[in-house]
Amino acid sequence: MTDMSMAPVKARKGFSGLVLLMLAIGAFLLLFLLIPAGTVIYVAFTEKGTGALTLVNFLDFLENDLFKRSFVNSAYVSAMSVVWASVFALPLAVITTRFEFRGSVIIQTLGFLPLIMPPFVGAVAMLLLFGRNGTVNLWLDQFFGIKLPFMEGLNGVIFVQSLHYFPFILINVSNSLRQIDVSMEEAAQNLGSSGFRLFRKIVFPLAMPGYLAGAALVFVKVFDDLATPLLLNVTDMLAPQAYLRVTSIGLSDPMGYVIATILIAVSVFAMWASVALMRGRDYATVQRGGGGLAKRKLKPREAVLAYGVVVFVLLLVLSPHIGLLLLSFASIWSFSALPDGYTMAHYGRVIGESSIYIKNTLIYASTAGLIDVVIGGGIAYLVLRTKLFGRQWLDWAATAALAVPGVVLGIGYLRTFYGVTLPNGTSLTSLPIMIILALAVRRLPYALRAIFAAMQQISVSLEEAAENLGANKARTVQRIVLPLMLGGLLAGFVTSFATAAVELSATLMLIQSNNDAPIAYGLYMFMQSPAGRGPGAALGVIAVLLVAICTFVSHVVIERSQKSLGLKK
Amino acid sequence: MTKVSAVSAMRIDPQAITIEGVNVHYGALRVLKDINLEIKPGELFAFLGPSGCGKTTLLRLIAGFLSATTGRVVVGNADLTNTPPWKRDVGMVFQSYALWPHMTVRKNIAFGLEERRLPRAEIDKRVDAALDLVGMRHLADRRPSQLSGGQQQRVAVARTIVIRPKVLLLDEPLSNLDAKMRVQVRQELRELQLRLGLTTIFVTHDQEEANTICDRIAVFSDGEIQQVGKPMDLYANPANLFVASFLGTANIIEGSVSGIGANRIFTTSSSVAIPVAENAVVPPGAKLVFRPQHCSLTPANPDDVRLSGTINTIEFLGAAVRYELKMGADSLLIELPFQSADMVKKEGDILETYLPRSAMLWLAD
Repeated sequence: MTDMSMAPVKARKGFSGLVLLMLAIGAFLLLFLLIPAGTVIYVAFTEKGTGALTLVNFLDFLENDLFKRSFVNSAYVSAMSVVWASVFALPLAVITTRFEFRGSVIIQTLGFLPLIMPPFVGAVAMLLLFGRNGTVNLWLDQFFGIKLPFMEGLNGVIFVQSLHYFPFILINVSNSLRQIDVSMEEAAQNLGSSGFRLFRKIVFPLAMPGYLAGAALVFVKVFDDLATPLLLNVTDMLAPQAYLRVTSIGLSDPMGYVIATILIAVSVFAMWASVALMRGRDYATVQRGGGGLAKRKLKPREAVLAYGVVVFVLLLVLSPHIGLLLLSFASIWSFSALPDGYTMAHYGRVIGESSIYIKNTLIYASTAGLIDVVIGGGIAYLVLRTKLFGRQWLDWAATAALAVPGVVLGIGYLRTFYGVTLPNGTSLTSLPIMIILALAVRRLPYALRAIFAAMQQISVSLEEAAENLGANKARTVQRIVLPLMLGGLLAGFVTSFATAAVELSATLMLIQSNNDAPIAYGLYMFMQSPAGRGPGAALGVIAVLLVAICTFVSHVVIERSQKSLGLKK
Repeated sequence: MTKVSAVSAMRIDPQAITIEGVNVHYGALRVLKDINLEIKPGELFAFLGPSGCGKTTLLRLIAGFLSATTGRVVVGNADLTNTPPWKRDVGMVFQSYALWPHMTVRKNIAFGLEERRLPRAEIDKRVDAALDLVGMRHLADRRPSQLSGGQQQRVAVARTIVIRPKVLLLDEPLSNLDAKMRVQVRQELRELQLRLGLTTIFVTHDQEEANTICDRIAVFSDGEIQQVGKPMDLYANPANLFVASFLGTANIIEGSVSGIGANRIFTTSSSVAIPVAENAVVPPGAKLVFRPQHCSLTPANPDDVRLSGTINTIEFLGAAVRYELKMGADSLLIELPFQSADMVKKEGDILETYLPRSAMLWLAD
């Protein structure tokens, strides 16, 4: 018997290449996520001037009434947005998953809305529809003699955000409901339970994890959002305060960093809380070949009610889009239910003046998407297919970007890279590449999950079969992994692209000149002045169409490739 | 191309497989323990055992997908211990078949030859030959998802043998087929293996598969090889209690031996005394083992041991009737040939049977 180590079976050449890949991805995450975010936190805890560690900045924060009010307002707006989003989402989720309902496809499609239009785009249109002198209140006044304060102050932010983000709850709860095996329900029926009791005691608890995940996501998104409150002229919230502090007082003022640190802390806490509450409750119960809950037919009365709810919510959800469309064609729209006249002039102006925005957006979003695909693909391969030490850290680091709001990342980049200059003296922060990197880092967690999911679908034995027949690691990736992952990579790219195309918060911090600005920034600038609203709306419509078309086309491509691979029938 | 020439184009000299002193650890868990094995050229050799026994681990070790803590893997004259999978020429057919869904049948089969940089004409010729060999030429342009399970299995086999591997590894090749196909395909695999003269390892947890087509079997349990031998030898002379109970049905009676020489008595834990044959070798801690069908209603020899008890349950197996007897606190299974319904006893009846001393085995763990 020979005592001989067999450990070095794995080829050394492939091994060192993987280590290199890991180091490169690690360096990217360190430079463009961890160090900027870490810098922000570090500055928040250091004394201005001396650089000594201190809590004095946080004490200052607590002594400032404006900041305290901002914190309370942000928490209130986020919580109320979750409540209203739940009111919109839960009936739709139950109606579409538990009953045979014709409109299910349309409702599920709503899930894409937050992807293709950021909430601030619709905010101005919402003012015109629901504001004090908006369409709805004019009608209410005319017929009932009342006006409702939909859009007054914080109400406006809550209204816009909950209408915008409720699909996150809808999708998560629907998925949870669909994953409940029909036998769960049948077992309860078999033991004598039925109707609302069955729903309350069996179905709802099983769907709870999905609800919590969606609710936490909505809370964090609303808490971090900068552009919507700014556009609605609500500045006493945390994210706008951070932005205003840094842009008006400057990078050396510690308060901006304190607020940024609090934003990170709240994001982390909300996500931790949702995970902690769900621990040990992984309720996916669908057995192999199981088909989820049984759907039953609606009785006529229920059907009327169900369609009523759905139509009402649909109208609400589509109102910003409808409003935006009307606004983009309106010559004058003020103190009237509908525009007084229609024109194509806004589109003419936007296409003439603002094609630079569109071009910049395409370049930024597609480059960011590409970066995410490369880095996400790399991380997924390292985590799922190698045993390298520390590979999980890459995953964790990339996912940590979820907890870093755009405004914080922007501040972090400014602070970290402001002093870094090119040989000709220009600061790194003045280059558009910084915007691209910020977009890429912010979107990486979403792209990564899409790519991860795609890679998990590929059985390892497909790769082992290739190695068995003579293909080394690199050839196996080239001939088996990449072709099979094409759909997943594309899905990752689209996730990144679509959301990066309309992201504003990090961009707002980093933008240096109008010539480097993407659509979202142009929209924001237009929407600032009443005269710019028409062209702004036209630009918004173009942005929505752009993202919608790209999303749709790639969706078709992905479906087709899945089908041709036989992964989906 | 005819089948005969297809075969001759693929035949290579049969190679032996030698496993020497292999130990495999997953962290602190030792999943293979001191494995030594010599598989002869041209043999169809089964790794048989329950799931989690280490048989697939050893197969994957031979293919190079995992590394051992100690030990060597030698195929023919080549020590493959430190060779990466793609340089081993050890053909493996995966349990899931692992056909690439983005390639047609033809492309799947051509893959290994393309990786070997053969000229296109040669690749086409050999792919056609392999397709003919498994009777899949007419489906060459289909995608794997358009094939039935049996067809996918043929493609997986063709894809592996087309590279003319030194040896063939089959990982539970029949487990994804329905019962009827299994019987047919196992014979096809045996014929193909004989025609190619290819040394083949066949991993299975199904003793019938191993018994029917394999030359020799290694029985695995708990990361160790329990016994290696021809199917009939393993059944007739199991080396230990595990092999006896894993291959077929066996009665295992606990008790202890007293006395010496011709007067040895085995007393069961419920105090039934059974005489031990004078020439029987009884290892320490041994239990009495015998097959249910070795008992009969009348003694064949004068010194047959009489076993009697109350019938607890009756199972009708078709050709035989299986009685579960209570003999004291011990439970015995007795199988008697079925002749007619009125000869079958009833629950609660006393059944008296006779067991030849030659059928009594004394085995320890």
